[in-house]
Amino acid sequence: MITRRHLLGTASAGAALAMSGLGLPKFFEAEAAGVDLTPGVPQGISSYVTMGTLPGKKPLIQLADKPPNYESPLEYFRTPITPNNEFFVRYHLADIPDVDVKTYKISVGGDGANGKAELTLDDLKKMPAVEVVAVNQCSGNRRGLSKPHVAGVEWGYGAMGCARWKGARLKDVLDKVGLKKEAIEISYGGADGPAVDKTPDFVKSIPVWKAMDENTIIAYEMNGAPLPHFNGYPARIVVPGWTGTYWMKHVNKIDAVTQPFKSFWMNPAYRIPVGIFPIAARFTSQEYAPNTPITEMVVNSLITSHRDGDKIKRGKVTIGGLAWDGGYGISKVEVSSDGGKSWSSATLGQDLGRFAFRPWSFELNAKHGKNTVMVNATNKIGQSQVSDLIFNGAGYHNNVMQNITLTA
Amino acid sequence: MRTLLVAFIAALIAFPAMAEQAIKLKQAPGVDKVEANCQACHSLSYIPMNSPFLNAAGWDGEVNKMIKAYGAPIEDADAKAIKDYLTKNYGG
Repeated sequence: MITRRHLLGTASAGAALAMSGLGLPKFFEAEAAGVDLTPGVPQGISSYVTMGTLPGKKPLIQLADKPPNYESPLEYFRTPITPNNEFFVRYHLADIPDVDVKTYKISVGGDGANGKAELTLDDLKKMPAVEVVAVNQCSGNRRGLSKPHVAGVEWGYGAMGCARWKGARLKDVLDKVGLKKEAIEISYGGADGPAVDKTPDFVKSIPVWKAMDENTIIAYEMNGAPLPHFNGYPARIVVPGWTGTYWMKHVNKIDAVTQPFKSFWMNPAYRIPVGIFPIAARFTSQEYAPNTPITEMVVNSLITSHRDGDKIKRGKVTIGGLAWDGGYGISKVEVSSDGGKSWSSATLGQDLGRFAFRPWSFELNAKHGKNTVMVNATNKIGQSQVSDLIFNGAGYHNNVMQNITLTA
Repeated sequence: MRTLLVAFIAALIAFPAMAEQAIKLKQAPGVDKVEANCQACHSLSYIPMNSPFLNAAGWDGEVNKMIKAYGAPIEDADAKAIKDYLTKNYGG
């Protein structure tokens, strides 16, 4: 059925929207929209895209308003914690209810559980609280940079953010019902749903071992405040190290299951070819060759102080950015200003934990003319970024080293 | 099926907030079918967003996915008109 609950106040840049049409020259449209897109995303985006302001948010790059898919512009990534009002928004399905906490409950059970339980938000808050700083990155972040392009939401750099999440351990919630030894996965769903009944509801699962990890939580606070509506209010699953597809928003149902959980969103969606990425965390009960579910994030970095093509002054210029991975922790970030022939270590900044954005900075001695800057992050299990894209049909795991040009 | 489509359109008119992102698609044969069938579930921005790199086979695949995987109630004749429109106007 059609939902009546899609209440997006995206009225910003109305005039620009009205003027922007495919008939106008591209440079004019980009100018009118005032959007700095990531270089390399599909050309068609510039024909319509604007900054859009959702309730409670600062302007974000509005790739689509229904379902809402908004990414953070580069300048929102200059701190290791992404403020709630700058955090990206990603939904698969358009029926997004305003959850009423007075009636909100999480039902817990499943054929792999010994019992059943229902938890209110207050129940969750009475349980031992833990905090974890963790990157939430959409599996498809940077899909728009795939060569060749692949279909989907054409994200640039900004479908990610890092927050301090506070909540109850998923393990403690599961302990309330007790897991049978036959339980292999924990499945879950949220209050949002599809616009038409036949569309598969967005439901996911993770292996029991990941669900029982002390860092996997049901978060009800984000950076010391309730979760924003568009980031999963009143509570979402937080799976540090793993891509955002597992971070169920508005979570209201959790089941322990004894068989591999069947869902469109587990298979065929959100899968990567077996063996092409250096992934340590495998989800074996869902592995059906040749594909396997996407799991942990690959090591990556982003230059956030400058954009490709920026003009800089000659002499000492500080270049900075962020690095992150699937939860092993960043060990070093290296910068090359000679096209990759020689590399120097950047200075690592504040360490907010192994799941967090790690800031880094590097003093470039800019010469007259063009200066190239390449960055490569390495994690504590020795994984580094790649020089050439590891192509896959869904555009996941793009951790190609950036190579930007700054002119002095 | 037809009743459902009429309901979709009625709902779109009744709740204009659903069409906030005013995407103006290229005016060409078939655009009416696109506008009538696609917006119940997603804004039209997904079309220019995935252009111009999708070719005829790519747009066929996307429309088929909407019908088969996502359960979009689109009649065969409309599906063909939509594929043709997307390929001609947003194809690479």
